[in-house]
Amino acid sequence: MPEMMTLIGGRTSKQGTSLTHGKLDGEYLEVTSTVEMNVEDMARLGLKNGSRVKLRTPEGEAVLKCKGRETKDLPRGILFLAYGPLSSQLMAGDTAGTGMPISKNLDVEVEPVPDQAGP
Amino acid sequence: MSDNLKVVENATCTFCGCVCDDMNLTVDVDEHRITKAENACILGKAWFREHGIEQRPFALIDGHEATTEAGVEEAAQILARARFPMIYGLSDTTCEAQRVAVGLADMLGGTIDTTTSVCHGPSGIAFQGVGESTASLGELKNRADMIVFWGGNPAEAHPRLFSRYAVTPKGMYIPNGRKDRTIVLVDVRRTASTPAADIFVQVKPRSDFEVLWALRALVKGRKVDPSIERRTGVSLAVLEDLVARMKRCNYGAFLFGMGLTMNRGRHFNSAALLALATDLNQFTHWVAKPVRGHGNVTGADNVVSWQTGFPFGVNFSRGYPRFNPGEFTTVDVLARGDADAALIIASDPASNFPKPAIEHLKRIPVIVLDPKATLTSRLARVAFTTATYGINVTGTVYRMDDVALTLRPAFPSPYPSDEQVLTAIRDRVRVLLGGNRLPAGAAPIAPAVAAAS
Repeated sequence: MPEMMTLIGGRTSKQGTSLTHGKLDGEYLEVTSTVEMNVEDMARLGLKNGSRVKLRTPEGEAVLKCKGRETKDLPRGILFLAYGPLSSQLMAGDTAGTGMPISKNLDVEVEPVPDQAGP
Repeated sequence: MSDNLKVVENATCTFCGCVCDDMNLTVDVDEHRITKAENACILGKAWFREHGIEQRPFALIDGHEATTEAGVEEAAQILARARFPMIYGLSDTTCEAQRVAVGLADMLGGTIDTTTSVCHGPSGIAFQGVGESTASLGELKNRADMIVFWGGNPAEAHPRLFSRYAVTPKGMYIPNGRKDRTIVLVDVRRTASTPAADIFVQVKPRSDFEVLWALRALVKGRKVDPSIERRTGVSLAVLEDLVARMKRCNYGAFLFGMGLTMNRGRHFNSAALLALATDLNQFTHWVAKPVRGHGNVTGADNVVSWQTGFPFGVNFSRGYPRFNPGEFTTVDVLARGDADAALIIASDPASNFPKPAIEHLKRIPVIVLDPKATLTSRLARVAFTTATYGINVTGTVYRMDDVALTLRPAFPSPYPSDEQVLTAIRDRVRVLLGGNRLPAGAAPIAPAVAAAS
């Protein structure tokens, strides 16, 4: 059963340095496809650093690698993802008449993705 | 590295809104690249290192290599045919280029919007509603003894904001620098910025407005119920202590980020913080500044404002400028499927817009100006390679506190500037349209009036 969590989008230094190198490959794609998750949430869901997880909103879904953060840094139930092509897939187009789509504190379904079978 | 080196002193970094103008750049003249950027932060070093001259086509039309001139012709034809052209981006280019883009939007009867609409656009709406108690960053450096960072992570997004202006520097009335300042950070999570703060206030997600409103009540001497902690994660004692410190300081400043604007509440959050700054002026001096992201996003606000009267999301279809966030802002225009062509300058909406907006960009002819290949340039009908502002191109940019700075380029580029390409497109569109496009249903201008104007 997927769990509901709150996704915060934001910027990071690595995202900033890698985007100047190029946004079509390499570190930028790595940085923007890794979601930070509370370590206790990860343990409960059977996830380890590098495990894949699917996030879903009514707008779309994205499969990301996860990376653990201690509870004092990232509370339980909160996810952090650097802005990029995958965070876009989860955002709705409605701006409530402001021009600004909601890109922080999105309600997302979280579901572990089973490891792919080896060759 | 060749032996042909030169040093450009006091160059300006245009990566983020700090626009640090104390860069000493060592330039390899033969290899057209910057080998050292003294004084730059981690983001600035990457910015200068990665903007050499890349071997890219001057233009691509439907993915095929083309000259800039051919690209201009195709772009002008697309824009002149369009009934609802959208011009967007502009936060990573010069004010001179931004000015041409506004003129082009006017000529086309189109819509112009900048990345402000998905950045501090809600704060712009809030300024109009409740006003802004403002200051320059230099004033903060010299006077502010209490700084509250709210909803941002400057250590990663604006690294030198701490060391140049807001945390550690010594100032005229802050002789001991860091020791003379109280630093507060309000956020929903601990970040790289948290260790810089004396006080970290961790709010529950979607609770910023409630915390700000409670602070306003306490500043005005009203009672706040202790249950505020259950709703916001912040105890009444912490809020009361914060208010006492805010009233006691000599000069306070809020520096607020997109934790307020991209969140539930949007412009209400920004307005609550701006109103709190105003309230505090009953007791001592307080100001509030939005921390801006891109190098010249503040310039975009200024240029669009001085040319149209409005800061972003401006439509010219009736022959005069109209401002309406939600109607003329780019995410809305695209998500509704209104635009039938888009001109994107120095921005990559295909990487960071909501999915429905990106889907519409894929359906319409898109023209892109960018020094780098991006997801947006990949889906473009016409993609121009342009020179990088601040590195290859001079011009004017505005720091996040509305201070204008002139750029000192490090080395020339074979590629044209955004301003040059936009000027060529505008001139060709003028020929194709025979002047400014008249609004639908408008009476033709009488010959005598036309001659007099």
